Amino acid sequence: MAARENTVKKEREKRPAAGPVAASPASAHTLDRLVHERLRLGILSALAVNESLTFNELKRLLDTTDGNLSVHARKLEEAGYVGCAKSFANRMPKTEYRLTAAGRRALERYLDHMEALIQATRDK
Amino acid sequence: MAIPRPQPLELQAHAMDNLRYIRQTIERAGSFTAVPGLGGVLMGSTALVAAWAAGPAARGARWVAVWMAEALVAAAIGVAGSAWKSHRAKLALLSGPGRKFAAAFTPAMAAGALLTAVLFQHGMTALLPGLWLLLYGSAIVSGGSASVRVVPLMGFCFMAAGAAALLEPAAGCVLLAAGFGGLHILFGTVIAVKYGG
Repeated sequence: MAARENTVKKEREKRPAAGPVAASPASAHTLDRLVHERLRLGILSALAVNESLTFNELKRLLDTTDGNLSVHARKLEEAGYVGCAKSFANRMPKTEYRLTAAGRRALERYLDHMEALIQATRDK
Repeated sequence: MAIPRPQPLELQAHAMDNLRYIRQTIERAGSFTAVPGLGGVLMGSTALVAAWAAGPAARGARWVAVWMAEALVAAAIGVAGSAWKSHRAKLALLSGPGRKFAAAFTPAMAAGALLTAVLFQHGMTALLPGLWLLLYGSAIVSGGSASVRVVPLMGFCFMAAGAAALLEPAAGCVLLAAGFGGLHILFGTVIAVKYGG
């Protein structure tokens, strides 16, 4: 459990190795790396406009593999950005994801950040 | 070896690309409904006022004029509500979900406008409540087919009210008030509570 929390913490704080946004000194302080990753951003965006989505719905929507989705959804879950409920439907396991209040706030912060970045570049 | 510092334009392009990705994902997710719940509640309220102002019998130019005015008011509320809701979701009004809804919603409404003129000309205003409810319902069902489930369900309820009004024209005005007033308020509340305004 502690190891998991450490992974999430590291992911949040990690300074990016390269990449245009990442290398910006102004943005690196506030950019939530957990959200910045493409697939995780997709998961949060899709859940932002749906009450809940199953694992298979997310997989189809984001056109990704089981393993990839599973890893990234887990990271968001560990960060408290998404909630996950497991159940059975017709004897088949069903995993359902929901966006938490913290996840919604994180996505909104990220959107504001991207918009601010665009605005700042335009103002120069 | 030093990594070259990115240019501002590069940053902007990257940020815009991320925003584009978010927007596309939201559009593909499909369940964002541009249908405004609060707007629906407001449309229902103005419809109840119109039903009271128009009177209990579906006849005469005044009755039609009141409901035509209500249609314009409701359309303005609907567009403003959708624009507000899309703006809150950081989507353009006519981005994916909004555009799909408008394209599927318009044909039945245009047919309704044409049939209204024809029936009014022939003095068959008693059929108008059923016609309006039926065609508005089918427009909602078509427009809402790619939206959250509650939207086409609302459309089916309007269609049922329209069918009842066509079968029993004497009850047309009551069903008109119950449909455009009651159903809008009921479903508008559900959409506003569950689907973000």
